[in-house]
Amino acid sequence: MGPALKGSRETGSAEPILRLFHVTKRFGGTTALDDASLEVRAGEVMGLLGQNGSGKSTLIRILAGYHAPEEGGELEIGGRPVRLPLRPGEFRALGMAFVHQDAALLPALTVTENLRVGALSGRTLGPVNWRREAAHVALLLEEFGIDCDPFERVERLRPWQRPLLAILRAVDEVRRLMREGGVRHGLLILDEPTSGVGDVGVGRLFDVMRRVKDGGFGILFVSHDLDEVLAITDRVTVLRDGRVAGSGPTREIGKEALIEMIVGRPLSAVSPAPRESAAGSEAVRVTALTGPGVRGASFRVAAGEVLGLTGLTGSGFAEVGALIAGALPASSGDLRLDREPHALAAMTPRKAIAAGLAYVPSDRLRAGCVGELTIAENLALPVLDRLVEMGALKPSVLAEHGGALCRRFEVRPAEPALRFEALSGGNQQKTVLAKWLQLAPRLLILEEPTQGVDVGSREQIFAAIRHWAAEGAAVLCASSDHGELARLCGRVLIFRQGKIAAELGGSDVSLERMAYESFGSAAAIAG
Amino acid sequence: MNLSEAPQRSPVETARPNRGAAARAPLWRRLFDRYALLLAWAATVALFAALEPRVFLQASNFTSMFSSQAVLVVLTYSLLVTLTAGEYDLSAAPVLTLSAMVVAVLNARHGLSIWPALLVALFSGAAAGALNGALIVGIGIDSIIATLGTGTLISGIVLWISNSELISGISQSLVNLVIVPRLYGLSFGFLYVLALTFALWYVLEYTPLGLRLLFVGRGRRVARLSGINVSRLRFCACVAGSTLAAFAGILYAGTSGAADPSSGDSFMLPAFAAAFLGSTAIRPGRFNAWGSFTAVYFLVTGITGLSLMGIQIFIQDLFYGAALVIGVTLSLLVRRREQRERDVAENTES
Repeated sequence: MGPALKGSRETGSAEPILRLFHVTKRFGGTTALDDASLEVRAGEVMGLLGQNGSGKSTLIRILAGYHAPEEGGELEIGGRPVRLPLRPGEFRALGMAFVHQDAALLPALTVTENLRVGALSGRTLGPVNWRREAAHVALLLEEFGIDCDPFERVERLRPWQRPLLAILRAVDEVRRLMREGGVRHGLLILDEPTSGVGDVGVGRLFDVMRRVKDGGFGILFVSHDLDEVLAITDRVTVLRDGRVAGSGPTREIGKEALIEMIVGRPLSAVSPAPRESAAGSEAVRVTALTGPGVRGASFRVAAGEVLGLTGLTGSGFAEVGALIAGALPASSGDLRLDREPHALAAMTPRKAIAAGLAYVPSDRLRAGCVGELTIAENLALPVLDRLVEMGALKPSVLAEHGGALCRRFEVRPAEPALRFEALSGGNQQKTVLAKWLQLAPRLLILEEPTQGVDVGSREQIFAAIRHWAAEGAAVLCASSDHGELARLCGRVLIFRQGKIAAELGGSDVSLERMAYESFGSAAAIAG
Repeated sequence: MNLSEAPQRSPVETARPNRGAAARAPLWRRLFDRYALLLAWAATVALFAALEPRVFLQASNFTSMFSSQAVLVVLTYSLLVTLTAGEYDLSAAPVLTLSAMVVAVLNARHGLSIWPALLVALFSGAAAGALNGALIVGIGIDSIIATLGTGTLISGIVLWISNSELISGISQSLVNLVIVPRLYGLSFGFLYVLALTFALWYVLEYTPLGLRLLFVGRGRRVARLSGINVSRLRFCACVAGSTLAAFAGILYAGTSGAADPSSGDSFMLPAFAAAFLGSTAIRPGRFNAWGSFTAVYFLVTGITGLSLMGIQIFIQDLFYGAALVIGVTLSLLVRRREQRERDVAENTES
């Protein structure tokens, strides 16, 4: 996908810009970062790889001064020791600049305004010579080979041009500091800059990154796309469970070893639950589903089966459920549910519910239930008409209905008059499940069903899902948590770039295989 | 389905079976929250009774207070409907003026009999609501901006059809139906208000429609994913709200026997103040009928008392302005405290 792998030049001799030693960060009882070290040199791209929760973002936030690490960590910038923790914003004076995936540009303003806002922020009332500013920006655009008009509004640019502008702005600001003295080297930290920019955009982005590093900058490239990391980085550091799983020149490590580092070998800790997929009759068939993020996905789910969907962020697996349930508009595709055909382009949540489908979205507080209303009210919402007695919706009936569901699904506290948001994450999720399972859906679609859920509730939720499948429903579970899928699913579909790239079944439903298939192209897999 | 066969149970949960008691505020606290506004009203009455016993405590003072505020109460209810659905309707007061003026123009100027005139007035309100609904739901304009525009447009229409003049001489039969004292000195107008309060209370609290409307206002996405036809409900709320505002206009026409092109202006802020202040009482945290009812009469009692004591007319603006700000502040504080209860609940868990 990305451009051809380009050799790294004269690395090794270059001096380090940033060195971080023995950094640990704990949140309560969990260790997010455990004795991690990192080095970025001038004129190189260092890749930082790892799965969700591996500690990548914690490390970046420590550099941004957002988190304070535990005692004992050390930081050196340009060979000089810097005291940890950094103050918020201190990174600027040290020559660092961050580019996040949302690029932080104001769409209604012009390219020049966006790029010069930092440089001009010191002035209050002095006149701004926009022609001079634009000339400065035009030079910068030319230097990095970006073809756009300095007076164009950002919203009218192509989406892939935006991260490029964000990088240019960062480079420009660091250079200003270097001119003013005090900073010898610039360090650019790119946090998932390629998400949503497409193949063309990635090529251009890499082109700009190469020009930036040739100008003596160091770049820390944070990504979970293996192909991109292989294409652009000179060296790579892999984090797993907060520890450095490996580090070294990208070419020498190679793809296979990288995947091994990311996933980790010891799989014995997790034993997949035994599950003979009931191999029941086909209950659900989705044909050629296409919509935002998904291109032509087709699959079947049997009655009693829990089918898993996974992939990297942006691979399309997360959108499938919403598209089937009509929560997102599909452009085409068909759903066959218990022999009833439905055109997905015309699907709405209302029709989906009438068809016997329940969709449990991942965002519990904004899409699942309303936090400021009570548990009883939230639980009653899908079945309001059934609860009317003698022309009125009595609070006692509502409370009874909610209380019964709370007890059945072990929601704690089982107090239906409590506001939904007062529940812990696990109990919120149990409540949302209760809200939908009371409708006895034929197809249950789950998104990240145990995200942010404590261990006890997790088991209860698994039990509820298995139970429902055993009752003969088809279950679709989209999740980025491979451990969860390994426990729940007999079959898992892996998405890459909007398409189903692989189907795993039986003993192949393992953490290792899921990660492998998510990250890489299938070419290297022998068996 | 029973989940008790779940393999692992969190030890904390079994150890603390009755966490719910810790997670809710004590009973006296909740009762106080509900009836604080009623207490404040009683305190206001007691205060003025002590300061101005001879005038303030007369029965006629109370009956006139109850009867004369019917217009404000009904306009507040109009806002209640739209606010519950999550929309701000700034055109409610202009619709009130339009409706009163339609009655006056048709009945007093063109000699149309009163019942058809009332029907046309109600219909004009519904039409204004449909226009709002089309702009807010159909096109997706923010409700504040859309209704600011339509409200001004409607004010223009009022000036146009009235030639910017006060029109009096509305049929006495309407006046009889609204303001003339009937039962123990209370007018029919006040009885309509009571009936409307019961009706609105029932619809908002005890019907699926009311709960769906609440979900639409508080969590549009949740409502949509739960199969509610969100667009239709929002549209209907706009129409119902404006129709109620038109009914308030009819009560205005009946109360004064006339309509002037600025009749509604002075009601706008008090209505919002009463709606927000009312959302801190009876059913704290929600816009509700009895809370708004209490809020209106609390505010009016304060103003009547102060003006009996000979305090200047500007006190009205001071009072309503402060009430709006305090009402919104209080409803925010109620929410924050519930937020804190939630933290307590989370801490007992982990």
